Amino acid sequence: MSANDSPDRPAAALITHDKGDFLESLDAGLRRRGLGFAAPVIVWFFSLFSGRGAVIAVPYVFLLAFFLIPFFIVLKISFAETALAIPPYTGLIEMVDDGFEYYLTLKLNLANYLTIFTEDTYVRAYLNSAKIAAISTALCLAIGFPMAYAMARASESIRPTLLMLVILPFWTSFLIRVYAWIVILKTEGGLLNTFLISIGLISPDNPLRILNTEWAMYIGIVYSYLPFMVLPLYANLERMDLTLLEAAADLGCRPIKAFWVVTVPLAIPGIIAGCFLVFIPAVGEYVIPELMSGDNVRVIGRKLFTDFASERNWPLAAAVSVVLLMILIIPIMLFQRQQAKLQEAGR
Amino acid sequence: MTKGLSKINLVSLTFGFAFLYIPILILVFFSFNDSRLVNVWGGFSFRWYGELFQNEDLLGAAWISLLLAAAASTLSVVLGTVAGFVMARFTSFRGRTLFSGMIYAPLVMPEVITGLSLLLLFVAIDWGRGLGTMIIAHTSFCMSYVAVVVQSRLVSFDRSIEEAAQDLGATPLKTFFVITLPVIAPALVSGWLLSFTLSLDNVVITSFTSGPGWDTLPVKIFSAVKLGVKPEINALSTIMILVVAIGVVAASLVQKRAMVERQRAERMAAAEN
Repeated sequence: MSANDSPDRPAAALITHDKGDFLESLDAGLRRRGLGFAAPVIVWFFSLFSGRGAVIAVPYVFLLAFFLIPFFIVLKISFAETALAIPPYTGLIEMVDDGFEYYLTLKLNLANYLTIFTEDTYVRAYLNSAKIAAISTALCLAIGFPMAYAMARASESIRPTLLMLVILPFWTSFLIRVYAWIVILKTEGGLLNTFLISIGLISPDNPLRILNTEWAMYIGIVYSYLPFMVLPLYANLERMDLTLLEAAADLGCRPIKAFWVVTVPLAIPGIIAGCFLVFIPAVGEYVIPELMSGDNVRVIGRKLFTDFASERNWPLAAAVSVVLLMILIIPIMLFQRQQAKLQEAGR
Repeated sequence: MTKGLSKINLVSLTFGFAFLYIPILILVFFSFNDSRLVNVWGGFSFRWYGELFQNEDLLGAAWISLLLAAAASTLSVVLGTVAGFVMARFTSFRGRTLFSGMIYAPLVMPEVITGLSLLLLFVAIDWGRGLGTMIIAHTSFCMSYVAVVVQSRLVSFDRSIEEAAQDLGATPLKTFFVITLPVIAPALVSGWLLSFTLSLDNVVITSFTSGPGWDTLPVKIFSAVKLGVKPEINALSTIMILVVAIGVVAASLVQKRAMVERQRAERMAAAEN
C-alpha cells in the first residue's frame, strides 16, 4: 500500500484495510518478541480471517468437500466388499476383539480390480468407449472445423447471428435433441424410413436399421457435442491475424497451402480445446448409448451404471470409475493446463 | 479470400446448421400432429399439449426441476463468482494449482464419475437424498461454468476504476459491490442462465443423487423415452425449445442494446472532451 505505513504497526495496517501489510507486520512483531517459532502458525490463523483468505476459502472448501473428497471416498469403497446391508458395502477397518487380542485390521479387497482387468467384458467396454469417443471427436472436428472457419470468415455483421445459431441448440435440452433423432431413425415408423419408402428409394420390407446400432450412437454423440467443438474453434479462428494469410499469398503461397501451413497450425489451441471438450466426457457417456445404441453395444458408462443400479455392486462400480478416472486423468490435466494458459493469455 | 473458398464456406455452414436444426424443427412440427403415430400426419392439432397439461406426473416433475434449477444456479452464481474472482485476481496463493484444477475438471468430467462419487459421499456422511443433495450436486458442476465466464470477464476488466474507488477511500469489499459487481453483472446473468439450463437438462448426476419421490423432468423423460416414442414428449420438447429460444434471443437483444447505448455514451463523452 502507501509508503508512509510503518510495517511495524499492525493496527495502522488494519485500519487502512490492508491485510497483507497487517500479516507482514504481525509476523515481524512476533519475531521481534522472540515468538518467531510460532509466527507461521499465528500468521496463518489470522490469514484465515483476512478478507483475501475468506474469499479464497469459500469456493475452495466447497470444491474440496463436494468435488475432491468424494473421489477419495470412491477410492476407499473400491477396496470394499459388497454386503447385504445399508449402505451395501463393508468397511475397510475393523475392530477385532476376541478376548485375548484387541486390534484394528485394514482389509483391502482387490477382487474388484481383478475383475476389471481380467474379465473380458470390462476390458472390452473400456476399449470400446475410448474408440467411440475418438471416432466421435474426429467426426466433430471434421464437421465443426469447416463450420467454425466459415463463421470466422463471414462478414462481421452476421457473425453474432451465426454464433447465436450455434449456441441455441446447446441451450436446448440435450435429452430432447437425442429424442428427436430417435423419432427420425426408428426402424418401424421412423421418419427417415417413412420418407425413403415414400420416394421409393427402399422397399417397406427392408427398412434401414440405424437405431439400436453403433451408427445411431455416433450420430447422437456427434450431434450433441458439435457445439463444444465449434465454439473454441470459432473463438480461436476469429482472433487470427488475416494479414498472415496476405503475407503468405504475397510470398507466392497458394490459398490451399496457406490454409495448411498458416491457418491450421495457428488454430491448434482451439482444436485441442475442442477435442478435449468432446473426447473426455464422451468416454464416460451413458445416456446416448443407453437410448440409441441397443443392448449389444457395451460402453463403460453403461457398465458402471448397471453395476451400481441393477447389480447393486457399489464397490465394483467404484472400482470401474477409479480405473476410468486413471485413464482420463492425463487428458483432464492437459485440458486444465491449457485452459489456465488460455485465461492467462487473455489477461 | 478467393471466391471458391467462400463457396466452400457457404456449403459447410449450410450443412452444419441443417444438421443442427432439422431434427429440432421436425420435432416441433410433429408435436402438432393429431395422430399417435409419429410418421403419419393426422392433421394439425393441440391434442398432445392438452394431454400434457393433464399429466400430473410430468407437471410435478417439471416443478421439481424448476425449483432445483433455480436453487442450484443461484448457489452456483454466488460460489462461481467468488471462484472466478479468485482465479482472475489472486494469481499466487498456496494451493492455486489445485484450485484451478478443481474449477476446470468438472467441465469435462464424465457425469457417471461425478454422480457416483457424490452419491458415495452423501451415503458416507449419512445425508438423506432429496432436494438438498441434488442442489449440492448440480452446484458442484454448474459453478465451474460460472467461474469460467466470470473469470474471462474479469481479465478484460479495466482495473483503474477499481483503483480510483479505493483511492477515494472505499474498502475492497465496498469496491467489489459498488464497482466490480455492476460491471460484471452481464457475466453473472449469463452464468445463471447457463447453470439453469445445465441443471434443467441433467439426467445422470440427478439419478445418482436424487431420493425417492424427487424424480426430475429429465429423469422422467429419460425413462419414458427408453420405453418408446410418445407424442406428449414432442409437445413438452416444443415448449422447452420455445422458452429457451425466446430467452436466448431476448437476452442477446438486450445485450446488443446495452452495447449500442454504451457506445453512444462513449462517443458523447469523447465529443465533450
